Order: sequence, then structure tokens, then C-alpha cells
Amino acid sequence: MIEFISSFVPADIAAHAPALLVVVPMFLAPITAFMPNGRLAWVLSILATGVSLIMAMVLLSQVRSVDGGGVLSYAMGGWAPDAGIEFRIDSLNAMVLLLVSTIGFLAAIFSWPSVVAEVRDAKRAMFYAAYLVCFTGLCGVASTGDAFNLFVFLEISSIATYVLVALGSGRDRRALPAAINYLLMGTIGASFYGVGVGFLSAATGTLNMADLAIQLQDTSGNRAVQVGFAFILVGLGLKAAMFPLHQWLPNAYAYSPSFVTMFLAATATKVAIYALVRFLFTVFGLEFTFEGSTLIWILMPMGIAAMIACSFQAVFQTDVRRTLAYSSVAQVGYMLLGISIATTAGVSAGLFHLVNHALIKGALFMALAGMVLSYQGTSLNDLKGLGRSAPWTMTAFAIGAVSLIGVPLTAGFQSKFALVSALFDHGWWWAVAVVMSSSLLAVVYMGRILEAVFFRAPSNPNKRRKEAPLLILIPLWILAIANIWVGVQGGFVAGLAEDAAGSLFIGDVS
Amino acid sequence: MLEFILERGNYWAIIGLMMIGLYISFAATNLIKRLIGLGLFQTSIILFYVSLSRIDGGTAPILFGKDYGKSKSHDKAGDYGAEAAEHGADAAHGTYDAAHGYGGEGLENVYSNPLPHVLMLTAIVVGVATLAVGLAVIVRIREAYGTVETDEIREMDLEVAISEAASEAEESRAGAA
Repeated sequence: MIEFISSFVPADIAAHAPALLVVVPMFLAPITAFMPNGRLAWVLSILATGVSLIMAMVLLSQVRSVDGGGVLSYAMGGWAPDAGIEFRIDSLNAMVLLLVSTIGFLAAIFSWPSVVAEVRDAKRAMFYAAYLVCFTGLCGVASTGDAFNLFVFLEISSIATYVLVALGSGRDRRALPAAINYLLMGTIGASFYGVGVGFLSAATGTLNMADLAIQLQDTSGNRAVQVGFAFILVGLGLKAAMFPLHQWLPNAYAYSPSFVTMFLAATATKVAIYALVRFLFTVFGLEFTFEGSTLIWILMPMGIAAMIACSFQAVFQTDVRRTLAYSSVAQVGYMLLGISIATTAGVSAGLFHLVNHALIKGALFMALAGMVLSYQGTSLNDLKGLGRSAPWTMTAFAIGAVSLIGVPLTAGFQSKFALVSALFDHGWWWAVAVVMSSSLLAVVYMGRILEAVFFRAPSNPNKRRKEAPLLILIPLWILAIANIWVGVQGGFVAGLAEDAAGSLFIGDVS
Repeated sequence: MLEFILERGNYWAIIGLMMIGLYISFAATNLIKRLIGLGLFQTSIILFYVSLSRIDGGTAPILFGKDYGKSKSHDKAGDYGAEAAEHGADAAHGTYDAAHGYGGEGLENVYSNPLPHVLMLTAIVVGVATLAVGLAVIVRIREAYGTVETDEIREMDLEVAISEAASEAEESRAGAA
């Protein structure tokens, strides 16, 4: 299907797909901000994300048309890399771009009813402008091949995100402290990344990632490189909500507008993990001894700690959004565990889970957004008995929930299975036990919610409760069916993840 | 030893500023002060980059003297546009000419590296944008809570959470009955 759609795109446009993917939403963002009403802004944002989605498909088909995964290099503005900024698309970038733009497109479609309910009329155009800026930033991070450019895109998306989170204050004023906390921590994270890049450029004199990878090989034992690596790890770890650095996440997810939560949960941390993977395996490589020990002594323990500790925290939350937020941190732990194995199978399992988790959390938060719409509040109490009055919304929610737990025939099972088999191959059988017990905790916290939804009588039958509107149901079911489709026939996404991981280890230096 | 420390005076200053900024942004209870700490932290990074770009005996990166004439004859007007168009077409097919880097060779004078300065222009803009968003959010916090002290805000939130939990428990009891 992807090849079919991209065959309609003219060759002149397809040649500039890497730039258009980022530039179209970027230029539409200020135009959106000046739209006289929110509805036009909504249409524009669907348009922008739709163009990006098509461009992402074009890129993917271009990358896949070469055996073993091609590498597209696009010199921004015609300035050749190293002096100019290079957009570099390989299998991994193409996968992440497709994920971000698909979720962005679906999120843009479903957003309207939710935004009408939660954002004031005068602010809607601005809201969509901020959304497009955030989307631009995430796509930029996922496509740039320049380390400093990545910093700029990271900050573009983050600043827009702070605004989006703060807009939740119309519903609950606690969104404001959540936003300022996120701002402080997020800025510190991005700045750490900036310092790290500074150290690398001091040691090598270049900022282009492919060039850095080559130049860094002659710097073994250089203290500046090691310090730079540490700064980058901490900075990107903060953005990705790596275990002890995740404190900003639960509040930001719980109090922002429900559309924003859905979009962020499915994309923002994923893109940060992509950047982390890019630095771990492309810019640096396993030939750096300090990296091997970092993977084993930092990434792996932190991943495991997240899987257990945050799953426990998720069990004790009364607000469903907070439960899902803590579970997000736990799922980041799965991805980090997969990455820390540092074999092709392990990294590909981590990336596979990254895609699947975006589908899962996208569906879950979308269903919650539909619920918030008809029924203010997201505490466990509010959900009681909703299975009967809103069966379509809640069935999709249940599909997401079983996929999160990892029941066979769902996406979550496929990626957990891939992770477990990669762990067995590597001889980390004890980590398999951890994965299993964390999944059991997921059964507990998702089970609590499902029990309340389907088997309890509504706690306050007088409150209005009904099905979510069609605009929410359609994208929601697309995501829910995607969960089952990946679970039954996971070849497509698994293949993407495998290609991506393969490109990291073979295409190290090209 | 002393020489080692003194030679790297700029780095010590930067490390000091960075740590002070980081400490303020974590430890202050006043949100405005936290933002100031953040600003200090970001500024120290700008200093870090700028001091990286210095080359011993280097001057400001503006071509002068013989270098100026050289670059003028080399760089015909309108050349870049045509070249850029060519590159755009090339780049799409995955080929680029690696030889087209900036020429540092053949210059008479020693110049500092201009690249970090350019990067820091972007970083300054990013810092200003962050500060603006932060201050705007703080204004809204002040409107919603009547204070900008984090400990007071936390207390108020805690009270809300406790009362919410209480009312919820009541509601569920009513539902059960």
C-alpha cells in the first residue's frame, strides 16, 4: 500500500521529500495561527500532517527500494554536508518518521471534538499552530543528520509541547505547575545534550553525525569524547523519560488536554529514544569500551528498574491517565532493555516495541479522550460501568489494554516475544523473569481498569454518558485494528524494525 | 599543577556558572528564580561554545587584507544560486560532492572558528523562547494560584487532591448503597 500511494507522487516532489516532510508543517504553522476560526486551523493541520504522512511513505519506499536499506542524503538548501545541514534518511529514520506522521495525522483528525470541549474558542487556532510546530520538531529530530540541528529541532518540539501542556489549565489548574516543571527539566535535558555535542565537536571539529562517526574512531581514550557521551546520554535520557529522569512525565500527561496527552505519549518519548539509539549505535559504536559498560551498567539496570518500579506505581494510581503515564515509563524500560542487549535482535525488539507501544498508548489515550468528552474526569470511579453505555469506545480501549499486557494475537505480545527471545539468545534469562513479572503487574493495573469498565455498576448513574463521536471512533478503531493486525501478522512492522536495527549495525559508517 | 589550572581558567568559570545555574534551578522555591537559574545555565553553555571557537592568535572571523581580495575573485555573484540548484537535484539522488567544504586553506591570517558563534545565535533564540514561555506560564500560575512559590503550590494541590479523594470515596459509597 505504501508503494502504491507513493507511486502517485511526482518525481520532482519525491526528490525533495525529506525537506517537504518537515517544511510543510513548519510553514503551515504560522498560517494556522492567523486563521479566523478553529475549524479552518483544524483542516490546515490535517492537511499539513497528511502531506507529511505521504512524504514519509515516499521516503520509506525509496529507502526500501535499495537492497538492505538505502541511505538518502539530502543537502538542505543545496549546501553540501559538512558545512551545510544534511537530512539523512535510512531505514531507522524512515520507520520513525512513518510512525510519527501516522500518529500525527490520526491525532489531527480526532482532535477536533476533544479540542472544542477543552480549549477556549479564541485559543483554538493558536493551539493548532503549536501542535504543528511540535509535529515539525519531532519530524525534524527524526530526519536530521546534523547533531546540532537535532538540538534545535528538539527544542522546537519541546517549547511547543510546554505550551500545549499548559493549555490544559482550562480543565485543571494543575496543568500549569506540570508545564513549568516539564519546562525546567526538559530545558536542562536539552541543554545537557547541547553541552555534549559541544564536547564532541571540540574533539572532532564536525557536527555531521555520519562524519562524527568516522572521526570519533581515532579518538579512543579522549576524555572530552567520554564526557560528551555522558552529557548526551543524560540529556536524551531526560527527554525519553529514562527511569530516574521521568519525574516530569506523569503530571504532564495527566493534566494536559487529552489530545495532547495522546499525541505526546505516542510520539515524543519515542523520538527521544530514536535519538538515543542513533547516538549509541551510529555516532558512537560498540567499539567504544565505555559504551559497552554504559549499556550494561546504566541502560539495562535503569530499564529494569523502570519496568518494576513504575509498574508498581501504576497499580496504585486512582486516575487512569496517571496509571497509563506510569505504564509509559515502564514501557520505555522494555525498549531500553532491548537496546542494551546491543545485538541486532535486541535492538530490533526494542524498536519493534517502540512502534507497538505508540500504537497501544495512542489507542488507549484516544479512548480516554473520547471518555473525557462525554464524562468529565478520568478517575477509576468515573469509568465504572462505561462498557455498557459506550461499548465501541471501551472495546477499543480493551484491545489497547490487552495489547499493553501482551496477550497473544496483539501487537504487545509480538514485541514482548521478540524481546524475550533476544534476551534468551543473549543468555539474560533472569531478565526474562523481570519482563514476565512486569507484564503480570500490567495485568494487575490494566485489569483493575477493565474490571471497573465492564463489570461494575456506574457509581453515579445520573451523569451523562454516551459513545464518543465518530471523529474520535474512526481513528481510534484504526489504531485498535492496527494493534490486532500487527499481532496476527506482525511481518510488516517487525520487518521495519529489523531493517532499522540492521542499518544501525551494518551501515555504521558509510 | 597551578599552570594546568590557570590555563583552563575559562573552563573553570564556565563549570562554576553552570553548577550555580543548575543548583538554582533545582533548589529555589520561587519559580522566577528557578527560571533565572535556568537562564544562567544556558548562558554558561553559550560561553562554553564561544570559548571553544577561540584559536591562539586568531582574530575575528572576517576576511581582511590579502584574504579579502582572494575570496572576492573566487566568489562570483550569482554563483551560489546556480550551484545550490544543482546540489538540490544531486542531493536527491543521494550523491553529493564532498569536496565542496569550506576552504580554510590558503588564508594569510589566523581566524577564530566562526561556526560555534553561528550555532550559539540559534541557542540564544532558543533560550529566549524558553524564557518567554516560562514567564508566560508563571504569569498564569500566579493568576490561578495567587503565588509563585513551589512549596505553596504543592500544598494547595495536595489539599485539592485530598478533598477529591474524599468526595470520590463518598460517591462510590453512595453508588454501592
